[in-house]
Amino acid sequence: MNPLRTTVLGLWMLLLALPAAAVIESYEFSEPELEVRYRALSQELRCPKCQNQNIADSNAPISQDLRRLLHQQLEAGSSDREILEFMVARYGEFVRYRPAFNAATAVLWLAPVLLLLGGAVGLLLLLRGRKQSPAALDSDDQARLTALLQTAEKDA
Amino acid sequence: MAPRLKLFLPLILFLVLAAFLFRGLSLDPMALPSALIDRPLPDFQLTELADDRPLTRADVIGEAALFNVWATWCISCRVEHPYLQQLADSGVPIYGINYKDEDAAARRWLRDLGDPYRANIVDRDGTLGVDLGVYGAPETYLVDAEGVIRYRHVGVIDERVWRDTLEPLWREILALETLP
Repeated sequence: MNPLRTTVLGLWMLLLALPAAAVIESYEFSEPELEVRYRALSQELRCPKCQNQNIADSNAPISQDLRRLLHQQLEAGSSDREILEFMVARYGEFVRYRPAFNAATAVLWLAPVLLLLGGAVGLLLLLRGRKQSPAALDSDDQARLTALLQTAEKDA
Repeated sequence: MAPRLKLFLPLILFLVLAAFLFRGLSLDPMALPSALIDRPLPDFQLTELADDRPLTRADVIGEAALFNVWATWCISCRVEHPYLQQLADSGVPIYGINYKDEDAAARRWLRDLGDPYRANIVDRDGTLGVDLGVYGAPETYLVDAEGVIRYRHVGVIDERVWRDTLEPLWREILALETLP
């Protein structure tokens, strides 16, 4: 086998091995709808210990606990809202990747809109400034420009 | 906008950004505010480590105390243990929350290293831990005489942490307690 093929094959095998590192435990759900909600919620809830993972991806003990709780509460018939409130009451808004809008998270939610608006206004000003500059030639400048163009034509 | 001022715009932007980034340098991204500050210590129905007697919230409040979340699998807990012993010896009441641990190992730990705790709440499944918003060990909660959580410290308590952060708060809690 040539080295290139070996490399490609090796990389391919490595890719296949990645899912093995994913979370292993699996829960049985009485209804398929609960499983869908379980997936959605476990992706929205953030692991408090390993801060840039959601609890679906993290295998920290605390994430296992939270997944178990999530499963229990879904089976017990809690609504998404109740479950999120339960988590937030214990771990703070931090535990949600989509925190509720309040005074503390206002900056977080509004910054993208404000930045976009700021950018749009900046762009608009810039474009308007650009459009005006050609008209800024006064009659003297215009005369010089015509003279220059004529000389250029003559030289050609 | 005056053309002069326009020239300084990049500099101003840079300074604003630099100020934010500089502030960021001294923030600890791992430090989470506790959602339970100024809220009552959660209810629980668990057991005591040494003799398996039932233990509830009512048994552990009534006096300001530290609640220390620990486990034998937690290496930092071993680091902080001697200092907790010192605090206990100097008269600070400390309750242990033995978090997701094995009873036998925990008892051995207390026998070998000393027992600074008034009592140890066995939280084998981490249920009290979740109610407290614990995300690792060690964590320590300052609870006042009414059973209200006043502060949470995440990580090891050593002399510096106690002197600079916890002791002033502890004194404040004690001072409030002695008021009529």
